[in-house]
Amino acid sequence: MLTISRTLHDKIVAHARADHPDEACGVIAGPAGSDRPERFIAMLNAARSPTFYEFDSAEQFRVWREMDDRDEEPVVIYHSHTATEAYPSRTDIAYASEPQAHYVLVSTRDEDATEFRSFRIGDGEVTEEPVTVVE
Amino acid sequence: MAIEVRIPTILRTYTDGAKQVEGTGSTLDELITDLEQRHAGLRDRLVDGGGLRRFVNVYLNDEDVRFLSGLETPVKDGDTVTVLPAVAGGAR
Repeated sequence: MLTISRTLHDKIVAHARADHPDEACGVIAGPAGSDRPERFIAMLNAARSPTFYEFDSAEQFRVWREMDDRDEEPVVIYHSHTATEAYPSRTDIAYASEPQAHYVLVSTRDEDATEFRSFRIGDGEVTEEPVTVVE
Repeated sequence: MAIEVRIPTILRTYTDGAKQVEGTGSTLDELITDLEQRHAGLRDRLVDGGGLRRFVNVYLNDEDVRFLSGLETPVKDGDTVTVLPAVAGGAR
């Protein structure tokens, strides 16, 4: 189950819409072990592609070091699909490397409606989980 | 000569859960070979063919070693090497 505030949910959606048709990506950090997403960090998509995303390696280093200094971890790792469904692709599954994270997929393929779904990915397996948005 | 190596969560199965280990070597390649002695299987997660794996980021202090000399990057006592799996994916 992913529990996320309306504010953070809307920030993810806004980022995805702003970067469409390129994939948008980012992290929401929270206190280590808390499973609480709190701090929104939009990341550059170094691939700048409508079908691929990759965090810039220098930016990832800074963000991960900062989380470590603040005793945080990545609670949510999000990215958008711009022409396909909000479901993890083969590459999403292959590269998922933070076992404790909720992988949020957003799809901006429809102009009027944004799909927002969350998944746990580990050992090559995907499990969808319910999302509770807290007002 | 000790070099501090920071290990990401997903590779801590090779270090008995340790988030930091120590190693020696004068290049990154030698350091990884040294780590493999005590943490069998770790090298294969970092290196393939002749170089560092595409979706694994390795940093010497603050710099991505891709912008230095890759596996031939010189390392020395007091350096910190950080490993972070790249965060990536896509539509397919």
